[in-house]
Amino acid sequence: MTEGKFNGEMTYAAVVRAGTEPGTVEIPETDFAKIKRKREIRNFFKGQLYLLPSILLFAVFLFYPLFRTIYLSFFLTDSAGTPTVFVGLDNFRKIFTSPVFLQSLQSTVLFVLYTVPGTVFIALVLAVLANEKMKGIGFFRTIFSSTMGVSVAAGSVFWMFLFHPTIGWLNQLLKMFGLDPVGWLTDPKWALLSVSVTTIWMNLGFTFLVLLGGLQSIDDYLYESAEIDGAGYFYKIRRITIPLLSPTLFFVITVSLINAFQTFGQIDMLTRGGPQNETNLIVYVIYQEAFMNYQYGSGSALAIILFVIVLLLTVLQFKLVEKRVHYQ
Amino acid sequence: MRIPLGRKILFYFLLALFAAVIFAPAVIAFLMSFMTNQEIFAGKLFPHSFSWDNYARLFERFPIIHYLTNSLVVSLLIMAGQLILSSLAAYAFAFLSFKGRDAIFFLFIATMMIPFETSIIPNFQTIRNLGLLDTYAGMTLPFFATAFGTFLLRQNFKQIPRELKEASEIAGMGDFKFFLTVALPMARTSLVTLGLYAFLTSWNMYLWPLLATTNERVRTVQIGLRQLQSQEQVNEWGMIMAGAVIVVVPTLILLFLGQKRLQRGLTEGAFK
Repeated sequence: MTEGKFNGEMTYAAVVRAGTEPGTVEIPETDFAKIKRKREIRNFFKGQLYLLPSILLFAVFLFYPLFRTIYLSFFLTDSAGTPTVFVGLDNFRKIFTSPVFLQSLQSTVLFVLYTVPGTVFIALVLAVLANEKMKGIGFFRTIFSSTMGVSVAAGSVFWMFLFHPTIGWLNQLLKMFGLDPVGWLTDPKWALLSVSVTTIWMNLGFTFLVLLGGLQSIDDYLYESAEIDGAGYFYKIRRITIPLLSPTLFFVITVSLINAFQTFGQIDMLTRGGPQNETNLIVYVIYQEAFMNYQYGSGSALAIILFVIVLLLTVLQFKLVEKRVHYQ
Repeated sequence: MRIPLGRKILFYFLLALFAAVIFAPAVIAFLMSFMTNQEIFAGKLFPHSFSWDNYARLFERFPIIHYLTNSLVVSLLIMAGQLILSSLAAYAFAFLSFKGRDAIFFLFIATMMIPFETSIIPNFQTIRNLGLLDTYAGMTLPFFATAFGTFLLRQNFKQIPRELKEASEIAGMGDFKFFLTVALPMARTSLVTLGLYAFLTSWNMYLWPLLATTNERVRTVQIGLRQLQSQEQVNEWGMIMAGAVIVVVPTLILLFLGQKRLQRGLTEGAFK
């Protein structure tokens, strides 16, 4: 619907409302323009009335904070967060030279590389299985999507027990097979992997649900005609399912990427960034810098780095979605 | 399409296997919440007799009811706020035409590129300076405006036939009345979906409630669970699991009831 057409209809409606036949009225040009301008101004204010609450809150809690964070990232602050000394790009320089921050960036990237492909692949397998039309499939769909209803705090508690060094199930299993116990959350070699497994489990529900939705919108007819041509199961998956699901896949991949960069809760619950900073992901460092060490400046600089990463990923997603619209 | 029997058996086997693995952490927690500590440390699978002791102790020692009430209030407030604000905004984008609408629409899209984590430092300061720490307002206000919800509802409003709007104008019905009596009722499935989604995500929020509460007054059950876990870690696993089960049950029930709806809503909101 273009704006021009909409306006035309409005005017038409207004004329009808005036109680005259549209074909017979004669309105002088100047009056018409004046009425139109008046209507435009009124429409503008009316539109603002509907949008103002959202715009106001976005301004206060999203746009202002963004600029404020950029501003703060150039300063040292006191413990209340008031900027005191302008330090230019020092906060950023510190991030890219201090071992702790570099370690955090590295851990974050590793964490993303573990969790995003892991989540999407497993969720895809689950969605393809759960898309079969078989008896009782609804039950499995419910189970597979269930982790979406499990909060970060509760999920972390579940896994904390599984990871428990002596009574936890994972080490019990290892013992059953005669293997040495592993310090899942305390061994620097394992901690990031353990947190990643927990995260994959937590994100499965949502990813599964979106992918299943994508699969269900694929026309059955395609599979049927492929079957008549004698196509095998995996051939159909490769040639029909994956290509037609690709927009949904792109969507869940970008959403998962963005979520992974924003991970906080499971770190706070399971490892507090340890052992040896191995699981010190970027948002956890922001939290520590700003709210435990009161270094709002360097915390802000990190927040800006996070923003740039998420911005790039979102733009990428929009580009891909746009592309999809074109070839549809 | 008929599925060959052999493949069917394989599918059921895989489905059952995955279901068992995915559901195991929750089931284990559920069973543990009914066990005594001796049973837990002996590595038992099933409780000898289902005892409510852990729950009783939890309610006795922790203000868990208070936390649950806070969570409920916060989630309902955010849900209501999001429904009201996003349906108003969606209406403007779908039915009103005015100068600058496209620019504002772009502004809404832009909000999706700013992660909340980026803004927490100034947001914390704003809430603190407004004296809203430890209040429901401070817990909920930052989440009322939502681009996702606005887009989802706008999509729905756009499916309302143009003729209906024109007819209402001819009948002399104002925009706000049309919004209340025609647009909202016609979009009610999407409103329910959005409400469900808003409730689930608010109930499960972690970082903001952690920052915006300094005492028990409006603290949510998620942060309560965090405290429970860090205070009682040593040997009260049964009680901690009872806490986790209590946190999870409301959202799981909601999810089971609204799974189909959410699935449709999420895919729609994602693409159109």
